[in-house]
Amino acid sequence: MAVKRRRSTGFGLGVAMFAPAALYILLLIALPFSLAFVYAFSDARIGSGGSHFVGLDNFRSILKSPSFLRALQNSFVFTISSQILVLIGSTTLALALKDKFRGRGFVRFLILLPWVAPISLGAIGWKWILDSIYSVINWILVAVHLAKPYDAPMWLGEPKLAMLSVILVHTWRILPFSTVIILAGLTAIPKDIPEAAAVDGAGFWRTLFEITLPMMRPILNVALLFGIIFTFTDMTVVYILTSGGPADKTQVLPSLAFFTGVQGSDLAAGAAISLFLVPLLVVVAYLMLRMAHRAEVV
Amino acid sequence: MPRRGQNRARMGKLGHWLVIVVFTVLLAFPFYWMLITIFKQTGDLYNTDNNPFTFNAAPTLDNLQVLFFETRFVRWLGNTALVGVLVVGITLVLALPAAYALARLTGQWGQRLGIGIFLTYLVPPTLLFIPLSRVVAELGLQDTIWSLVLVYPSFTVPFSIWLLMGFFKSIPKELEDAAMVDGLTRFGAFVKLVVPMSFSGILTVVIFTFTLVTQEFVYALTFISPEANQMLGVGVPTFLVRGDVYFWGSLMGACLIASVPIALVYNLFLDRFIAGFTVGAVK
Repeated sequence: MAVKRRRSTGFGLGVAMFAPAALYILLLIALPFSLAFVYAFSDARIGSGGSHFVGLDNFRSILKSPSFLRALQNSFVFTISSQILVLIGSTTLALALKDKFRGRGFVRFLILLPWVAPISLGAIGWKWILDSIYSVINWILVAVHLAKPYDAPMWLGEPKLAMLSVILVHTWRILPFSTVIILAGLTAIPKDIPEAAAVDGAGFWRTLFEITLPMMRPILNVALLFGIIFTFTDMTVVYILTSGGPADKTQVLPSLAFFTGVQGSDLAAGAAISLFLVPLLVVVAYLMLRMAHRAEVV
Repeated sequence: MPRRGQNRARMGKLGHWLVIVVFTVLLAFPFYWMLITIFKQTGDLYNTDNNPFTFNAAPTLDNLQVLFFETRFVRWLGNTALVGVLVVGITLVLALPAAYALARLTGQWGQRLGIGIFLTYLVPPTLLFIPLSRVVAELGLQDTIWSLVLVYPSFTVPFSIWLLMGFFKSIPKELEDAAMVDGLTRFGAFVKLVVPMSFSGILTVVIFTFTLVTQEFVYALTFISPEANQMLGVGVPTFLVRGDVYFWGSLMGACLIASVPIALVYNLFLDRFIAGFTVGAVK
């Protein structure tokens, strides 16, 4: 059985070719991932040599800390509200970009900028736009008499507005990504079904809600799951725009983990805070696996 | 009622363009604003009576001059390019054989392991940076770009394996079989036949890896503090700010100069990246 033999020697070669990458992933993802748990149950600090097992002490103290509870809540508020906006916006935009028109390539380049530009630099752009004194938004508001000069909104200085700013910048960042994913999905929907519905007299909105959107559901799920991950685990937008301020009001789990674990030298508490990202990651991973499985079965 | 139908079509067209214009303006505005800010004189920028949309004083290249000659911007560009090239190399060396193994050799396990690998891409830097900072310190790599060369493949390798798996699967098996009948070993067929045939897939991985390296923020911020060793993404927002003084003109120059080339290249390969993200949902 030549075929069988070839397959069995192929297996050995496969393992050898896969091993270096697998080893690297074990050492640089699996190992630090487990170390995060070890630290979270220890009293490790930057600069001190040894560390001891302290059980649930870290979790007990962070669960009592108001800034942690605030960050936990913010993480969900930021993620959920920005992803709702992203979902509505990107579906609308994708439907508008679906058919070819002159200049579509250029429009696509422009709308993609927020996603492909380094996020720390895009966020700095927003920091300038939302500046406390020279904000162009405030200049417009003053020009159309919606705000008074010298009493214009402090976009990053007032807690409510700062939260709104962070949410909108997250939306701005994820929307292009979500749009192109949905666009990819739209090409897979056979054109004749919505067209047939239109011929049958179904209006634009009815076709949209009863035919197009339900058919888009799998791709919307993909866009949403990635959007959730990229937003929930991001600290760059908050770090650049507000550093979590004013007074920890816009802190999220990842940024709090950074300020506690790296700047505050408390590795153990920082690791414990970042572990609160894990449950959501597990849920998203599970949902993705289920989708991948379903795609294979169908 | 042809009139009504016509009206409706016209409204539809108008709505269509309205959506496109509004979204494009909202999404691209910050970059337009960067462009305007770069060429403005300081006095013009910091006068709230001036209309910020026009040049109230002659356009200037001062901000760019400061950026290129009085800051470490060029050095950061160099650091980023160097790390990018090295990480691309490491990623290809690790991901190419692994992806081939999963696509061809390990049978049904290949697909499952492939999805498993893809899921590790979801483990975010903000979960790993604290333990990794300790690992980097233990290895004596703190404050050097080598820490990033070591760590960055952890997010480029998984996605690259996933992308390349798709490419390798699209190459007909018969070609390799024929090459092997002609005396090549399996590994020989991989090196001499499959890799050259996957040129566009490899290019996709190169671009993807390079852009991810330029976009990364968390690890670069955590591992490296000296000004000279910064990457673009961290150097620009941290060292172009002195105390509370933002050099907005130069800052915006740095942001735009770093963003646009990446965006242009990324755009060329967009459809392939998206194919990687959409797993099996698009058929």
